[in-house]
Amino acid sequence: MFQVAVTAMVYRIETAAVQSLIEVLHQQNYSVLGPTLRDGSIVYDELHDASDLPMGWTEEQRPGYYRIRKRNDEALFGFTLGPHSWKKFLFPSISKLFSASRNAKGFNVLKDKAEPKGGTKPLAFFGVRPCELHAIEIQDKVFASGDYKDPQYNNVRAQVFIVAVNCSHPAETCFCSSMGTGPGVEGQYDLALTEIIDEKQHFFLIEAGSPKGEQVLENIQHHPAEGNEVSKGEDVVRTAASNMKRTLDTRGIKELLYENAEHPEWEKVGARCLSCANCTLVCPTCFCNTVEDSTDLGGTEATRTRKWDSCFTLDFSYIHGGNIRTSTKARYRQWMTHKLASWIDQFGTSGCVGCGRCITWCPVGIDITDETRVIRDNNGSA
Amino acid sequence: MAKSGKPKLAVWKFSSCDGCQLSLLDCEDELLAVAEKVDIANFPEASRAVVKGPYDVSLVEGSITTPHDAERIHRVRRSSKLLITIGACATAGGIQALRNFKNVNEFISIVYANPQYIETLNKSTAIADHVHVDFELRGCPINKYQLVEVISALLNGRKPNIPPYSVCVECKRRGTVCGLVSHGSYCLGPVTQAGCNALCPTYHRACFGCYGPKETPNTASLSALWEASGVPQEDLVRLYRGFNAYADAFRKESEAHEQ
Ligand code: SF4
Ligand code: SF4
Ligand code: SF4
Repeated sequence: MFQVAVTAMVYRIETAAVQSLIEVLHQQNYSVLGPTLRDGSIVYDELHDASDLPMGWTEEQRPGYYRIRKRNDEALFGFTLGPHSWKKFLFPSISKLFSASRNAKGFNVLKDKAEPKGGTKPLAFFGVRPCELHAIEIQDKVFASGDYKDPQYNNVRAQVFIVAVNCSHPAETCFCSSMGTGPGVEGQYDLALTEIIDEKQHFFLIEAGSPKGEQVLENIQHHPAEGNEVSKGEDVVRTAASNMKRTLDTRGIKELLYENAEHPEWEKVGARCLSCANCTLVCPTCFCNTVEDSTDLGGTEATRTRKWDSCFTLDFSYIHGGNIRTSTKARYRQWMTHKLASWIDQFGTSGCVGCGRCITWCPVGIDITDETRVIRDNNGSA
Repeated sequence: MAKSGKPKLAVWKFSSCDGCQLSLLDCEDELLAVAEKVDIANFPEASRAVVKGPYDVSLVEGSITTPHDAERIHRVRRSSKLLITIGACATAGGIQALRNFKNVNEFISIVYANPQYIETLNKSTAIADHVHVDFELRGCPINKYQLVEVISALLNGRKPNIPPYSVCVECKRRGTVCGLVSHGSYCLGPVTQAGCNALCPTYHRACFGCYGPKETPNTASLSALWEASGVPQEDLVRLYRGFNAYADAFRKESEAHEQ
């Protein structure tokens, strides 16, 4: 699972070709989005050219801790993941669903003036990590399959061009190996990159994963990679895998969590948890949202807005008669059990891809892998 | 209802800086729309004219700090169908509640040349400590969009969208990078109610807690994090003693670190 796919042809491109790649995508009318340095962190934003990439930067991540650090080389992808995930583009944090105006009989839905005809520019995601590719696939199951497809999500998603990147430097918080989602790229992408960098050389391996990808590749300078170059790429991923220290034992995880709903650990973690919701908002698969209706002062226009919500807020579980998860313990248990267990029943896959964001961006450093370990080690049902 | 058939709205001031009333004035465009829908019967920052009650809605700014105020708030309550408190003073006692932790007479003797003319209560307290309050709008100052939202919800008979969750939720929705995690800032966002749209964190300042404690605030866990990183007890006390120092959760937390 760690090797660079053998079926597709592997090519070599020079570092300068990364700029050409961005240019070609721009020429094809894509809005190119990718990692860039901002506010002491690597975030996802518009890339105007290759100089917007965080060249020579990496980060240090621990539970509740994130700092960027200078590398001693010019790697373009020598980091892993920041606080943003691609979900902010596919499933925006705040989006208007519709507005309506009052008329004599009731109301009529207003045509959206803000949305230009023919839609907005298609998006190119530049630098999608293996775990993120899986996270997008998971959100596809939520928003783009089954009987109720989300039109907003699908309109954007259908046109996305994905440039994936194999991981070379897992963060201390990464555990994709445990979740079977990395550190090598697998799944649906248009192009996949592997960065090779050492004292002597700096170049990229590139593979096309779709006709769209091939067509972009045709427009940039590339050569078939030589055997030793291909094996260097395989080494990158293999080293990344062996450098990954954090693990989550997923054996029988569904049953484990279902059987331990009354485990004393929930009380303990509930005492530490701030119910701040950061973990869910940084998670690339969490999809919960709330719908807010608002009116103008005159009561003639109303707007319905969708916003990211979280199972950590009290109102999230508000039903007629009150909130059903008033304790933080119950909210944490709900989150973790959904993520790792009931998600499997619901969508046929784990809700966790092992990106570690919830660990890093939890102010008090609560660690989903530790919590799983504690529950497994004192399995109440065993 | 006024003769015009429009609901009558009054704004009342107690101990405060007027900043929250100014938020209403600051509404500009929206204020015209508000004025079209309601009769503004009393609004000290805008006009001296006072229309007689009863009032459909009273917005109350400021805390109770004098015996006179403690009596006046009952009159306001009696003449108001709905009473909404606005701002940290009215909802938690405000910055002036810092004196609640000390003996007020000592301050009076230091500050005033003729302390015998000063008549004040021992504590600065929230309006809800004195009368029934229908809705509390937090903030120091309040956010004008939230104020318009509350008024608009009232006029249209719906529930206002004023979420009680953390500032972190707004931070993440904006894509702001968490300063607590990425810079080690002493951010009160995880225990503070949203409403400012994560203003300070977005401009690289830790949240000061202007909107007071969020729902189910876990101040003890946040303090434990900072204690472990070596923050002295007196600094923890100060962290929670801002504009909402006398809000229950913040008061208890600061007192827990007072030696
Ligand atoms: S649960 Fe945590 S580690 Fe798993 S995908 Fe979500 S943020 Fe990443
Ligand atoms: S687990 Fe951490 S990030 Fe998630 S709600 Fe609790 S304190 Fe916040
Ligand atoms: S900066 Fe403060 S408010 Fe924003 S997410 Fe971090 S802790 Fe929460």
